[in-house]
Amino acid sequence: MSFRLPTLQRLLSSTAAAFSLTLAMSTGAQAAEPPIKVGLVAALSGQSAKSGEALTRGLTMAIDEVNAHGGVLGRPLELVRRDDESNPSKGMLAARELIQREKVTVLFGGLDTPVSLAIVPLANQLKVPFMGIWAAGTRITENGAADNYVFRVSAVDELVDEALVKYGADQGMKKPGMILINNPWGESNEAGFKRALEKRGLENAGVERIQDSDLDVVPQLTRLKNAGADTLLMVGNVGPSAQVVKSLDRMGWDVPVVSHWGPAGGRFGELAGPSASRVHFIQTYVFTEHNNAKGDALLASLKTAYPQIKTLADVTPAVGIANAYDALHLSALAIEKAGSTDGRAVRDGFYGITDYDGLIKDYKQPFTAQKHDALGPDDYVFTHFVGDQIVPLKP
Amino acid sequence: MFTAAIVTGLGLGSMYALLALGFHLTYVVSRTVNFAQGSAMMVGAVLGYTLCITWGLSLWLALPLTLLLSALYGLVIERWLVRPFHSRGSQAWLMATVAGGILVDNLALFTFGKEPRQFESSLVNLKVELFGNGIGALQLLIPLMGAAIALALFLVRRYTRLGKVLEACVQNPKAAMLMGINVNRVVAIAFAVSTVFAAIAGLLIAPLFSVNAEMGMLFGLKAFAVAILGGISSAGGVFGAGLMFGLTEALITLYFGSAFTQIFTFALVILALAIRPNGLFGSQALVKV
Repeated sequence: MSFRLPTLQRLLSSTAAAFSLTLAMSTGAQAAEPPIKVGLVAALSGQSAKSGEALTRGLTMAIDEVNAHGGVLGRPLELVRRDDESNPSKGMLAARELIQREKVTVLFGGLDTPVSLAIVPLANQLKVPFMGIWAAGTRITENGAADNYVFRVSAVDELVDEALVKYGADQGMKKPGMILINNPWGESNEAGFKRALEKRGLENAGVERIQDSDLDVVPQLTRLKNAGADTLLMVGNVGPSAQVVKSLDRMGWDVPVVSHWGPAGGRFGELAGPSASRVHFIQTYVFTEHNNAKGDALLASLKTAYPQIKTLADVTPAVGIANAYDALHLSALAIEKAGSTDGRAVRDGFYGITDYDGLIKDYKQPFTAQKHDALGPDDYVFTHFVGDQIVPLKP
Repeated sequence: MFTAAIVTGLGLGSMYALLALGFHLTYVVSRTVNFAQGSAMMVGAVLGYTLCITWGLSLWLALPLTLLLSALYGLVIERWLVRPFHSRGSQAWLMATVAGGILVDNLALFTFGKEPRQFESSLVNLKVELFGNGIGALQLLIPLMGAAIALALFLVRRYTRLGKVLEACVQNPKAAMLMGINVNRVVAIAFAVSTVFAAIAGLLIAPLFSVNAEMGMLFGLKAFAVAILGGISSAGGVFGAGLMFGLTEALITLYFGSAFTQIFTFALVILALAIRPNGLFGSQALVKV
């Protein structure tokens, strides 16, 4: 007996076939232009997870905007992410995979300076532009390579240290004590601080190191206090910075704390407790009640794309979002200027950008062969935590 | 400022000691060690945070529940990671417990989340004046609790019937079984109690530090060093070694700076073991022939 499907089922199956054929044809037509991939290597887990998320959001928002205007060279941008877990080896592996297997045109990332420093030689060797959007280690962009593929839209330790020392000195600081994280980022800033202090003829009360795993930093702080420190210059991620604040509370030591942007990277308000607001730290951008037009527009798009954002405290850290957003737009311009996705051409494309009105600032010739950093000391703003929100300090 | 370092050192040391007492307990009962002890500490802190803060249960309910669940964790480890190997005379429980600890750490990473969170406690803010320094009440509580637990362990082992049962289980398990002692049950209970100790340590330290999925790893490692240093078969020795280790860490940090802490501390541990291979307070196990 031959097998015949009942009439209704035949009708349904032929409809389904026609429908899926149409769908396949239409998506096939859209997929004609392969996307240009850009990669992100950052800490997406651990104490800096919030920062990694901010970078992702900034890049995604910018990519959506670029794609809405027809993409780059007629092709849509696509983001591929990898978690480096704040580990330099994992960062290097992830960068290599993104460059060689995923063939990304521009690699964004490096949340932690040690991870970025590990990726720099790889980017220069494989000739793929590496755009730093967070890590501030001076030697990331100023890496001494003859053929430098590393750019950055973010703070630079050398300049941050100068700004922090100036801020402290303006508040009457005479003999600061340094409390720094025990890794290349801390070392990068130690050098910067010492240079900035030397410039002003100020001596320091000592340099103490903190670790991620330190339970209690009272011994280190005690040494600084005994040496006569009148201000603390702090560099560390969220965890250790919170431990410093908690230890200061235990000691009952009411010393001003001027810090790099480590606290902004996570739930500092929660981890450090009510005294979190005593730490004054630096940022490149803050979302407030009164942003510029681009800021308001971005905030609105963020709230639409991520409904869990209800208040300004939910767009912390703004630095990640803003740096990434501007960096992606600049990268899109560079690729357009290059006319191709070839690494060297795109790198030279960055030099070709003359004018871009971005979120953080109006960029005029942001990159040259001698200057791979788009932001400078004039772009920094001092802030502190009020509850869970980062709020600018009155100048 | 010496006082501040002493208080820090005693607090830290008691943490290591509490974890190390767990190592001691399972060792004296079965000659096995639970290398997932660090994870047990994390489990205690994470459960405490989840029950108390995330689900908003009252502290009086959350704490006993956390300890109960931690005891269950210990039972599971003993039943599935230790007994299958130990009962056959295999040493594979070493790797199994290490692997179990890593598994639990990663489970916590997926469920609890990737970020450290803060366990609020009013005990942290309660300040006590001691020798002219303000000390958090919690920091004083930690060594006191540690000492109480170590003392209880010592007394139970030396003076009670239960202590004799524990001795029998390790000296000659078969004879113990012939005497009507349920060796398997005793070992299981020992593991459960050891993870409860770790959970207590986790709960005590959480308000001072933060709660995150990876908090147990370094602690577990140092606690094991402490257990060996103190002579793993002596409760008082282990507790004393823990305090010494913590004080050494704090004092070295105070006088030399934190860059040298780990180097000097572990160098001293190696030196101590070279001088007294059975641990500072341990004794050579007597072998009767």
